[in-house]
Amino acid sequence: MTELIGTLRQQPWSLWWIQFRRFARIEIRRNLITKRAWWIYFLAFVPAVIIFIHLLIDRHQPSSMTEDTNVLAGIVQFYYVRLGIFFGCLGIFSRLIRGEMIERSLHYYLLSPVRREVILLAKFFAGSVSSVILFVFAMTLDFVLMYIGYGGAGQDFMLHGPGFGQFQAYLLVVTLACLGYGSIFLLLSLMFRNPMPGALLLWGWEAINPVMPSLLQKFSVASYLRHLMPVSVPAEGIFALLTVETEPVSAWVAVIGLLGLIAVVLVYCCFRMRRLEIRYATE
Amino acid sequence: MTGIDTIRFDNVSKFYGEVLGVNRISLTLSPGITTLVGPNGSGKTTLMNLMTGLVQPSRGKVSVLGLEPSNATEFFCNVGYCAQFDSFPRGLTGFQFVLDTLMLFGMSGEDAHGLAAEALERVQLDASAAHRNIAGYSKGMRQKIRLAQAIAHHPRVLVLDEPLNGLDPMARAESLSLFQELGRQGMHVVISSHILDEVDRVSDRVVLITGGYLIAQGNIHEVRQEVRDKPMQLFIRCDRPDLLASKMFAVNHCVEARLHADGRGIFLRTGDVDQFYRLLNEIAIEGAVKIEAVAPFDDNANAIYQYLIGSDGSSL
Repeated sequence: MTELIGTLRQQPWSLWWIQFRRFARIEIRRNLITKRAWWIYFLAFVPAVIIFIHLLIDRHQPSSMTEDTNVLAGIVQFYYVRLGIFFGCLGIFSRLIRGEMIERSLHYYLLSPVRREVILLAKFFAGSVSSVILFVFAMTLDFVLMYIGYGGAGQDFMLHGPGFGQFQAYLLVVTLACLGYGSIFLLLSLMFRNPMPGALLLWGWEAINPVMPSLLQKFSVASYLRHLMPVSVPAEGIFALLTVETEPVSAWVAVIGLLGLIAVVLVYCCFRMRRLEIRYATE
Repeated sequence: MTGIDTIRFDNVSKFYGEVLGVNRISLTLSPGITTLVGPNGSGKTTLMNLMTGLVQPSRGKVSVLGLEPSNATEFFCNVGYCAQFDSFPRGLTGFQFVLDTLMLFGMSGEDAHGLAAEALERVQLDASAAHRNIAGYSKGMRQKIRLAQAIAHHPRVLVLDEPLNGLDPMARAESLSLFQELGRQGMHVVISSHILDEVDRVSDRVVLITGGYLIAQGNIHEVRQEVRDKPMQLFIRCDRPDLLASKMFAVNHCVEARLHADGRGIFLRTGDVDQFYRLLNEIAIEGAVKIEAVAPFDDNANAIYQYLIGSDGSSL
């Protein structure tokens, strides 16, 4: 143990930190400012467009605020977690390694004096920052557009009522969803040439997960996120499958559980990254 | 030569699934310019990728200056690789591309700018081009910017996969002169190229490889002498080539003689070069033939390639 600590202390952590930051900066620049990401922006902002239309054409009576709160909860649970963030992260994170292999430019980074684990973690960080900025901004916009039509009542709901607490909970959900799905898509892109079939399987898995045994539920991002939702959506039929809480757990257990899952996935990603070979001809 | 000065392959094999990349390569390269010669698919790029850790050996061990690619921080401070993949990260100018790489070495922005500018100057890419997007570069310019990126951090080992591709004759000459200069400075320069005539002039040694197997390695002249089953061809410039030919044919090691077009020289093929030189000395001493110059004619990478691998190296 002492030997291990000694070895760890001898590592060039400050250099790795500099390399991590510089690498992440390059990646964020490339992830956020790209025309190719238009469809991810579309996924992020399509609810805002719909809510904006709702703002323009609907009369905002105070009595309908509860209904709108449920609609917003539905947007987060059904749309963002299940579709928007899921496929947005698929686009962002699977491009980080696999996209560069398809473009035949990954070797430049593997030939730099940067440990592969640092490259991978910097890429994951950059993808996380990009996706979190995008979806947090989109969700904030949804919130503003949803309650601005209520005027003083909406302001009161946000500042003095449960609105701000719900907003914070959704921020946490969106952030964890980006990190969770991001880590899995990063892994899928390291394992498969085409991560799409794996992603679709995961999509199905996430949907049917609530009916799985308790142990298997621990291998699902959405199952952890369900415990963090501040508003229960009254769902019926097939949609109830997506919102049901089979084994209620406290929020902090869900957060730690999901962070643990992300850590395990990232450790395995690092292992795959160390063994990654550049064979563009097979891409 | 110790392990810390050399590039070593210890019984290295690489299989891509069931496809052979290279097989049982044991090789030690000392500083200077080494040219990898072989037909397409012979394993040259695999050797270079193994050297730089882009692929891992299925068997055996590769070390460069005593370092292994898994130790990326130290390894890539000493190694630069100009791969043959003609692609770049999107949206960068040539200068940014070189600068981004240098920044990953942990150096200050000022130092990185200085080294990037120096590297671009060394490959003779002018400043206005360096600040344009790489997407608009010609093939030659892309080759130059890749070379600049590989040499920018002053590595001790430079691996160049087809570095002359896409370059015009002038740029090729400039690149070769740069490689020579780097070789003279004690660097390892490992080149694979299909332009054998040109790399032949600058190489200290050749490594011949075909079908994933190492065929021969060493100084070009040494390798040529090892190819004993092919008579060596020499050109002798003299005043009486016909007389020289008749004297040479009196001994049985001379197998072919061909008169030069200007009538003032002769190409001779001999199976025993030592005996040939002894006889030539005797003829020179006799004084019947005035010998002006003697030069090996097939003592080059192209000819060796032809003899050992079978096809004409120039048509690679």
